[in-house]
Amino acid sequence: MTDEPLLRVAALSKFYGSRVGCENISFDLWPGEVLAVVGESGSGKTTLLNCLSTRLLPSSGTASYRMRDGQWRELYRMSEAERRFLMRTDWGFVHQNPADGLRMTVSAGANVGERLMAVGDRQYGKIRATAVDWLSRVEIDEDRIDDAPRAFSGGMRQRLQIARNLVTGPRLVFMDEPTGGLDVSVQARLLDLLRGLVTDLGLAAIVVTHDLAVARLLSQRMMVMKDGRVVESGLTDRVLDDPRAPYTQLLVSSILQV
Amino acid sequence: MTARETEIATYNFAYLDEQTKRMIRRAILKGIAIPGYQVPFASREMPMPYGWGTGGVQVTASIIGPDDVLKVIDQGADDTTNAVSIRAFFKKVANVAVTTETAKATIIQTRHRIPEHPLNTGQVLVFQVPIPEPLRFLEPRETETRKMHALEEYGLMHVKLYEDIARHGRIATTYAYPVKIEGRYVMDPSPTPKFDNPKMHRSPALQLFGAGREKRIYAVPPFTEVVSLDFEDHPFEVQTFDQPCALCAAENVHLDEVILDDHGGHMFVCSDTDHCEKRRADGHRGSLAPETHLALEKTEPAQ
Repeated sequence: MTDEPLLRVAALSKFYGSRVGCENISFDLWPGEVLAVVGESGSGKTTLLNCLSTRLLPSSGTASYRMRDGQWRELYRMSEAERRFLMRTDWGFVHQNPADGLRMTVSAGANVGERLMAVGDRQYGKIRATAVDWLSRVEIDEDRIDDAPRAFSGGMRQRLQIARNLVTGPRLVFMDEPTGGLDVSVQARLLDLLRGLVTDLGLAAIVVTHDLAVARLLSQRMMVMKDGRVVESGLTDRVLDDPRAPYTQLLVSSILQV
Repeated sequence: MTARETEIATYNFAYLDEQTKRMIRRAILKGIAIPGYQVPFASREMPMPYGWGTGGVQVTASIIGPDDVLKVIDQGADDTTNAVSIRAFFKKVANVAVTTETAKATIIQTRHRIPEHPLNTGQVLVFQVPIPEPLRFLEPRETETRKMHALEEYGLMHVKLYEDIARHGRIATTYAYPVKIEGRYVMDPSPTPKFDNPKMHRSPALQLFGAGREKRIYAVPPFTEVVSLDFEDHPFEVQTFDQPCALCAAENVHLDEVILDDHGGHMFVCSDTDHCEKRRADGHRGSLAPETHLALEKTEPAQ
């Protein structure tokens, strides 16, 4: 691990007309670190994630990313071609709804292989072998490789989406409610899998979730957002065990105890 | 007074007005300057339905001159409805000479074949294109596919070929087989059989593509590199036929299956009728060829 961050965000704001999407967000993300962004719906979590992943352009502020060659590049000054290249090689984006991140009409193997082919892999045998390997890593049976994702269950689709994103060995993965819409037992297995992959591959990740349990399991650090602003940030355990901001206290005390 | 069949129509030369022809020529020139790039153009209503070659007809109308000799083929044949009608159309509205002989034609409008007879410098091949966008069935958004062309993101094209191999064990795409032009743009060669793809590579003839409904024109200038996409371990191959043409005994040509009766009788014959007839006139005989060959009048001069 280096002592330089991977991503530096400074005073990032996004306004929708006069409405605030997110305002004045600053943080650093280190390699291998998982940052959770929590808050209720409408608090600007997804706006922030979309700005960081350059799917949206912010109204003001900067975000710089340390490329593989050690060069710092400002994300919003890169050309669209460079951003899209980054998006399909060094980054991953896991959507809440797998149908947004997968090609539902082509087979699972092709979904995993697409990124490899996009960066110029032209060996069918090699692409197929890599797809088989990745499917087994996300616990999908090898004999489902030629099935289209629409024949998969919700949990399998989500795992396939994760495999599709990780196949090029990205260093930074954005996740938008990765466990949203899954039932709890499937959630637990997915979280287990994600935790394993993140540690094994040394991924840095920014996970947006409204589920504090997900944040506690996956992340080392967390930011609590309300009305587009960060109200509290710190180590996940600290924030959840000893919440300081009144809003965080409300959020933590609202967790259902069973 | 009503115009009789034989009379020359009182339209502007080649049906389209001069401004429209200039607009289409500009699109063609741009297409030639950027090989494989789909140039949008203001496609006109033509006196025929979409899907019958409105794009090809507009391109032909824009480039044809009084001295041109036109040949029109439909799936390789000169004598099918579409080919006969378009040939008659230009005879009427442009009063040009028409022919069925590939070597004599200066402009060849084609639906889904490239003639077997090698093309020469100075000849123009005009393709009728139904769907110009090779990425269409993989990515339905036009905004996105145009961006992918602009940024040269063609990984998706190989996804389709991957799917073929995964499902059939080989690349099962047999027509509209995607090609890369001059190392840059991926292009749909229109639904020609992939058998014809190698003929496009470094062809001395100018190849123009018109899609009327989709309002796109693109071009492959003479002597341009046209490479069919493939995988290293599943290289591009053309179709092969295990028997020669039943009429002219030609080998290494594209054959059509023709049903002879309702008892399963069938034969394979050249899809290029001109090539087949020429070979039969030269004395080649296939297994099902009739005893005598009727020589046809192949070229009709302008009136």
